[in-house]
Amino acid sequence: MARITMREAISQALWEEMERDPNVFIMGQEVGVWGGTYAVTKGFYDHFGPERVKDTPIAEAAIVGGAIGAALTGLRPVAELMTINFAFVAMDHIVNEAAKFHYMFGGQMVLPMVIRTVGGGGRQLGATHSQTPDAIFAHFPGLKVVAPGTPADAKGLLKASIRSNDPVLFIEHATLYQSRGEVPEGDYTVPIGKSVVQRPGKDLTLVTYSKMLEVSTKAADLLSKEGIEVEIVDLRTLRPLDMEPVLESFKKTNRAVVVEEGWKSYGVGSEVAARIYEEAFDYVDAPIKRVAQMEVPLPYNRTLEQIALPKVEDVVTAVKEVLDA
Amino acid sequence: MPETVLMPKLGFDMAEGTLVRWVKAEGEAVSKGNVLAEIETDKATVEVESNYSGVVLRHLVEQGAIVPVGEPIAIIGQPGETVDDKTPSPSSPDLVSAVAEVGQSSQEQQPQAVKVTQMDEGPAGRIKASPLARKVAQERGIDLRMVSGSGTGGRITRRDVEAAQIRPVISQAEPQFVERPAVQVPSTAQKPKVEKQPVVLPTWGGVQAHFEDQLIAVDRLRAAIGRRLVEAKQQIPHFYITHEYNVEALLMLRSELNGLLPDDQKLTVNDFLIKAVALALRQYPNINATLEESSIRRHGRIHIGVAVAVQGGLLTVVCKDADQKPLRVISSEVKEMAARARAGKVRPDDIEGSTFSISNLGMYDVEHFVAIINPPETAILAVGSARQVPVVVNGEIKVGTRMLATISADHRVTDGAEAAQFLQAIETFIEKPMYLVM
Repeated sequence: MARITMREAISQALWEEMERDPNVFIMGQEVGVWGGTYAVTKGFYDHFGPERVKDTPIAEAAIVGGAIGAALTGLRPVAELMTINFAFVAMDHIVNEAAKFHYMFGGQMVLPMVIRTVGGGGRQLGATHSQTPDAIFAHFPGLKVVAPGTPADAKGLLKASIRSNDPVLFIEHATLYQSRGEVPEGDYTVPIGKSVVQRPGKDLTLVTYSKMLEVSTKAADLLSKEGIEVEIVDLRTLRPLDMEPVLESFKKTNRAVVVEEGWKSYGVGSEVAARIYEEAFDYVDAPIKRVAQMEVPLPYNRTLEQIALPKVEDVVTAVKEVLDA
Repeated sequence: MPETVLMPKLGFDMAEGTLVRWVKAEGEAVSKGNVLAEIETDKATVEVESNYSGVVLRHLVEQGAIVPVGEPIAIIGQPGETVDDKTPSPSSPDLVSAVAEVGQSSQEQQPQAVKVTQMDEGPAGRIKASPLARKVAQERGIDLRMVSGSGTGGRITRRDVEAAQIRPVISQAEPQFVERPAVQVPSTAQKPKVEKQPVVLPTWGGVQAHFEDQLIAVDRLRAAIGRRLVEAKQQIPHFYITHEYNVEALLMLRSELNGLLPDDQKLTVNDFLIKAVALALRQYPNINATLEESSIRRHGRIHIGVAVAVQGGLLTVVCKDADQKPLRVISSEVKEMAARARAGKVRPDDIEGSTFSISNLGMYDVEHFVAIINPPETAILAVGSARQVPVVVNGEIKVGTRMLATISADHRVTDGAEAAQFLQAIETFIEKPMYLVM
């Protein structure tokens, strides 16, 4: 298996799917001549040409609206929004059209489209460009929301998203592009809506996804030195949310911490914790804790930004608190 | 110099104990007299106090471990002090020298190391326990009221329940020695008159309510009772003699005395019996005895064991020197010990050293029954209910109040004639109960 970066993994997925299916095309700001804001589509323009790698104006509603139209007429667009913060501009298209057409018109049409976008903080981009509003999008039935934490999952899930007949919001993390991991050779997909145990353990279940998988893994390494073995379940997909591995793990450990980068209120952690309480109440041995971003617009100042984001120490502390509770 | 703490011996027949919970963690400071751990024996849960001040350097056994008496369980030293890895772990060859070093045998350690567990019952009503703890407790038939919680704010978690699993389940059952509140006069008027009615065969459409089998783990108390009574019943050649006592005078005296006493000090029939039996034993020392290798030890002191029902078993609380104690002292002591037994807080001293036992099922409307001897005693008296029965007085049938008591005695120590005489000696005190208050 090759050890490649998340950027390369996503790039490979796009490339391979475009080679495989002529209906797949890319559209977004700077995806063509420039090669992508995060250099994911470097070389695509020269290879696939302007018909299939379309630069667009700075108009997110137009990008998503155009992708919806293309999908409705049989193509498989991969629309790129430079950051998820700009998706709010296209909110109506995403949640009122893409998520609902199939259901509102008697299933006459499918929308095989992917919106690739970038979330997360930690790069001093200011409060409006550093958000993690994943839960907002995961709130809407009709939309699949995918957020991988490893290069292998990113590649497999993006390929599965492109092949899916439902609209998929594919959230990449701004600070994960350089992270490396083993990626299987050849063509493969990772099913959407399947959580997975990324690290086996017995003492506590850490539920997380995306960038926080990296943070949680570092915390798990530290805890392991103290003899605490946490089991990490990576959600990978926020909708549909696969609770099976979470519940299975929880029934074994009876204690859980949910780690997410977004705000705690109304967040992924709230959903996961509530589902555990609903579906595994008799297995609860201590209150479930949520580790999340502080409830403030993320500061620009580097020190303050780092304080506000969930850190390795926060996870370690939360795990110990739950184990002692 | 690090000091080694040993598993204390908490009773004459205690061979091992379960370390239920470490109260002081490794690294935690501990002063002499602080509670170090909770230990469970066959009969009770007790707290082990530290004889040393310093820091808990190491736990040598894990929670839940069953440890033989005299084995090291922890090392206490000064902060920063290191524990030599050769420090004895249980069953290691270094054990003997370590014990010698500390200069303390388990016997010597016993008195100061023992204190009865004081479990927080918390505010009446709700018990703080995790859902999982509740489920596990229910599955294993463990009463959460008897489990102390180690979680935040005293919450009971699964590990607490698992640690407590072997602790006997105690209910608020009444002690056996309480006699029936009043002698019931069997009355035909109370019985519904059965009229002859046409009896229709009820229809039966199959099982309506399904009742599952329940698998109840044998806890330590249950196991201890089983072990000891199998031994007693197999090894001791029991014989039984039943005697009828006229308890009219006793009941009258009791009623008179209780009229003078506050509610919480009222005397029970059993209190009188304890005193009567103790005085009779003074006359028949061979019944107050223990069979040893090649001799019979007639105990100088008379300690009367009183069987107390607790859920999941029974305990025998011991009224020491009952022949010399005033009736009211006997009564209050037994009340207190029985309450502790029912609450699971019994002290080792409460249940040790009996030389003769009484088991009273009078409260359950029992005519008479036989009991199994409680080793190492020679005999036990099984007492039934005081009942109104027809008696012949001067050739006429009258209503009398009688109580049957059956002695089970060890034929290796005593014989029928002696046991029968002993029962007659008791009769003197029961039928002339003023002896008991003099």
